[in-house]
Amino acid sequence: MSIFGALFVVGVAGYGLNLINRSSYVTQANVAIEQPVPFSHRHHAGELGIDCRYCHTSVEIGANAGVPPTQTCMNCHRQIWLDSPTLEPVRASYRTDVSIPWVKVHDLPDFVYFNHSIHVAKGVGCETCHGRVDHMNLTWQQNSLQMEWCFDCHRNPERYVRPKSEVFTMGWQPAGDQLEIGRELVKANDVHPKTDCDTCHR
Amino acid sequence: MSDPTNPTTPTPALDLEQVRTELASARGRHYWRSLDELANRPGFDALMAREFPRQAPGLLDAVDRRQFMQLMGASLALAGLSACTRQPAETIMPYVKAPEDIIPGRPLYFATAMPIGGIGTGLLVESHMGRPTKIEGNPDHPSSLGATDAFAQASVLGLYDPDRSQVISSAGEIRPWSAFTAALDQALAAQTASGGAGLRILTDNITSPTLAGQIAALLTKYPNSHWHQWDPIARDSARLGARMALGVDADVRYRFVDADVVVALDADFLGSGPAQVRNLRDFSVRRKPGGSMNRLYAVESSPTVTGARADHRMAVKASAVEFFAWALAGQLGVAPQKPKNVPPEYAKWIAALAKDLMAHRGRSIVVPGDHQSPGVHALAHALNIALGNVGKTVICTEPVAAQPVYSMASLKELVAAMAAGQVDVLLMLGTNPVATAPADLDFAARLEKVGFRAHLGLYDDETAQLCHWHIPEAHYLESWGDVRSEEGTISIIQPLIAPLYDGKSVLEVMAAANGRPQSGYDLVRAFWGDKRKAAGDFDRWWRTTLHDGLIPDTALAPKAIGVRSNWIDTIIQNHDGKQDDTEGLELVYRLDSGVLDGRFANNGWLQEAPRPITKLTWDNAALISPATARRLKLQNEDVVELTHRGRKLEVPVWIVPGNADDSITLALGYGRKRAGRVGDGVGVDANLIRTSDAAWIAAGVTLAKTPRTYPLATTQEHHSMEGRHLVREATLAEYTHEPAFARELVEEPAKDMTMYPPHPYEGAAWGMTIDLASCVGCNACVIACNAENNIPVVGKEQVAAGREMQWIRIDRYFEGEETNPTIVHQPVPCMQCENAPCEVVCPVNATVHSSEGLNDMVYNRCVGTKYCSNNCPYKVRRFNFFKYQDWTTESLKLARNPDVTVRSYGVMEKCTYCVQRISQARIVSRREDRDVRDGEVVTACAQACPAGSIVFGDLNDPESRVAKTKADARNYSLLGDLNTRPRTTYLASVRNPNPELES
Repeated sequence: MSIFGALFVVGVAGYGLNLINRSSYVTQANVAIEQPVPFSHRHHAGELGIDCRYCHTSVEIGANAGVPPTQTCMNCHRQIWLDSPTLEPVRASYRTDVSIPWVKVHDLPDFVYFNHSIHVAKGVGCETCHGRVDHMNLTWQQNSLQMEWCFDCHRNPERYVRPKSEVFTMGWQPAGDQLEIGRELVKANDVHPKTDCDTCHR
Repeated sequence: MSDPTNPTTPTPALDLEQVRTELASARGRHYWRSLDELANRPGFDALMAREFPRQAPGLLDAVDRRQFMQLMGASLALAGLSACTRQPAETIMPYVKAPEDIIPGRPLYFATAMPIGGIGTGLLVESHMGRPTKIEGNPDHPSSLGATDAFAQASVLGLYDPDRSQVISSAGEIRPWSAFTAALDQALAAQTASGGAGLRILTDNITSPTLAGQIAALLTKYPNSHWHQWDPIARDSARLGARMALGVDADVRYRFVDADVVVALDADFLGSGPAQVRNLRDFSVRRKPGGSMNRLYAVESSPTVTGARADHRMAVKASAVEFFAWALAGQLGVAPQKPKNVPPEYAKWIAALAKDLMAHRGRSIVVPGDHQSPGVHALAHALNIALGNVGKTVICTEPVAAQPVYSMASLKELVAAMAAGQVDVLLMLGTNPVATAPADLDFAARLEKVGFRAHLGLYDDETAQLCHWHIPEAHYLESWGDVRSEEGTISIIQPLIAPLYDGKSVLEVMAAANGRPQSGYDLVRAFWGDKRKAAGDFDRWWRTTLHDGLIPDTALAPKAIGVRSNWIDTIIQNHDGKQDDTEGLELVYRLDSGVLDGRFANNGWLQEAPRPITKLTWDNAALISPATARRLKLQNEDVVELTHRGRKLEVPVWIVPGNADDSITLALGYGRKRAGRVGDGVGVDANLIRTSDAAWIAAGVTLAKTPRTYPLATTQEHHSMEGRHLVREATLAEYTHEPAFARELVEEPAKDMTMYPPHPYEGAAWGMTIDLASCVGCNACVIACNAENNIPVVGKEQVAAGREMQWIRIDRYFEGEETNPTIVHQPVPCMQCENAPCEVVCPVNATVHSSEGLNDMVYNRCVGTKYCSNNCPYKVRRFNFFKYQDWTTESLKLARNPDVTVRSYGVMEKCTYCVQRISQARIVSRREDRDVRDGEVVTACAQACPAGSIVFGDLNDPESRVAKTKADARNYSLLGDLNTRPRTTYLASVRNPNPELES
């Protein structure tokens, strides 16, 4: 094989591996995950209009947004859909005091330490990273969550920030040009995301 | 190459030493020529083959180098592809009913106290989702003021120790608690008739009011029974000394804050003892050269951290310390006359010391060593009274123990009763006498005579093995109780986690013995409810007390004392003469700074923390002076046989400059047989040779060499600073004359002498100073860092290979003559250099500089080149040569701090300035739209340090403590001439020698 041929093979191999690495096979983006109970965000957050924070209670004060305890489900479901067979795993969990084993949709690697509260406090909307959750029957990961994707915002926050009052709104559109509004918000809310390695990797 | 003329003659053997001596004097061309000649000499090839074997064992595989490279190349290529897989799916297990206060990821802090030998230290414990992970001192508690010692820091590992006993067992079978209570009731019922004549209880030293009440109730029910206490910490001399001098029982507290002159008579008050944390804190306040600096004189047989800190130190045999005390008392006129034959070097010292003490009457302290003779304690009392210190710097109080006893006598009484067959029922609660009692008591054999033996302990230990019943003890982090600290303040011990293994506390077993089993919670609440009945609003008081971690105003009140009329005669009468043999070898037993009396033998952090003076890990050794070693022709690691009253013990030797001649120091707590997987067989059991009447100092010891050696793992073999100015020290006079003496010693390069563009530190700029004037090398910071950062324990062999993983190490240097050197300590964490040599050589950019000045270590990028460690001049980077972490043991998973990565093999790690704490503080402050406040971020080492030596904070904040310490004239950087610009700098040490004494 000539040098040219060798370079061509290596180049194609590299390009192929890169494609694989960014594919949804690896990142699990856009793959709806099967859960022990087919919880529908579209119904609860979309149709019923329940605020994200009703269930994901620690998103403003902690690193993890939190998955609600069975108690939260039972708050309503001890009164409605009492006998639904779909909800039997929830009732069983409540009865037997065994957690519901949800499958993690947004699974960052263990060497990444992500903190929700600072993002929410600085005007990053839920839907910016998680997509239109209120349209998802089964939840999927909207974005790749790869470091390159995080850096897109960390280096240019004006592209993605929104007013603090709109963080939990689904379907928010900027009133004018996102970049203009973004720059204003960056100044007003003192948004300067860190790009040091120790921000996430410790 | 054999002799070509005669192939059969054996080639003459060459000696490597011979070769070296030959080459040593050759230079230049002559050197190379000699090498050539050497190569042609017969026997050279044979020498080379011997010294550099071509086929070293281990490489004698069938695989040769070329095949090896091919295989590795292939697997490297394949390894790359493994990164192309995706993460396995993970589950989230939420609560079913979430507890109220817990936010996952946010720790809660609870106040409790840790009892050791019955004395408590006030603590705040960090709890992640219901599991305690880190211990801190309680800032409001007088015993700690926010700091902790190494034992408290390491205790959290003890909670999760997989070797803890987990089940109630009897005769090898697992039994339920109800079976034990039934058997106990039966055994006690048989005692009712005789009023409990055959009933004995053996506990540790007890200060707990609730437990004292329980025991009193039992003793009332069985009036002929006895309660014995076996206290690991030597307090008998103190008790007898107080009786002899004062005629009453008294415990002594010291106010080092108010003392200008302190004399330590073989007393390691800065390094050990229940009051160590508070003493070190108070003492260090007076160690700042700016204010009025105190002066410490120490007389000791073996170097301790107190002696290392002293301005004047004298090495004196332990058995001669009483003589020294008499000489001092004579000089001060406290004793009617001075003893005869005071050696001239003592005399000069004592004269100067006495003068200094007289010049600071009422502002001085004479501290007697715990394990010294009662005479020394009595003399110390007399001296303190004569100097007017009592009531000012020396406070005498009622004993803090619930029932003060002479511990050794108490144990001996029990043994005698057992031997006479008088004991039918014996309850041993939270104590391990079979392992910790001296050999002459023969506790194990006597124990066999007891009809019903029950043991409560954390481990299925040596004592448990010989008992009918063993009940697992609940760790203090799992149990309810109460305890007094050294000065008397009562804290309620509250658990941070339900007992992992259904353990029972001493309180609960006593309640069962009293016939009314209750939970510890009910017992403590009932006791205090009763006590506080009059005051009303008990619930509010209870919640406040649990929140605060102490009951205010419960410290013991000072007691007025005075010497009794014939105190001198009492001392002379009580002097048993056994220690008078100051000729010949003496053997001094000390509690170990790692395992104490052996109770922490299974704690890997403590075993691996290098002992402050010797830097030994994982073993004890017979410590001797260099002169004694030369006289007896001993080297480090030689095994010797010690004989005392017919009992023999083989122990390796370690030479310690500054040890008194003809004095051997041996640490207790080693040679355990049933400590657990970590502690078994580590070191040598000093109790095999120890006798009860010479429990701390034994004269008449003989030493015989054996042909064996025993490897000892030390983290620092090299003692010398080699003329480099690593630890910079000056006398107070020199400091006053030139405050910036530390910086004058070494010239540092100009700020702009670098090719790299400067980092603009616009936000925070983290920095740290370590004050060498107050650091004593106690290891609290080392263990605190271990606990905070999930640092693995590597074991003795790896420590011997230099692979210990502690992110902060304490270097110890000897300076001066070997008979009495100056000893200095220097904690060395990562310097977080602004011009880091490690950052520029990482081929994969795994270590980079952050915008706040930290040298970040990114474990997921590191491939293990180790170039960074190679380039680090401070050698603070630790490499995971193997998978040192335990990834499988379930209970240890609970112990880990979830905010810090658990590192696998092949990655480099180092101190991160507790970046997880910085991150948390930054996020909270940015959420609240403010800057990080000074004191909001405290690194684990700074928080633990009892001396307050370590100060951490934001250099960009002009009001921060660290900005002020950096501006101190004593501030200097370690190896600053290398232009690394470290963010961690040191405040040079200052000593305050007496101008009348030369050194």
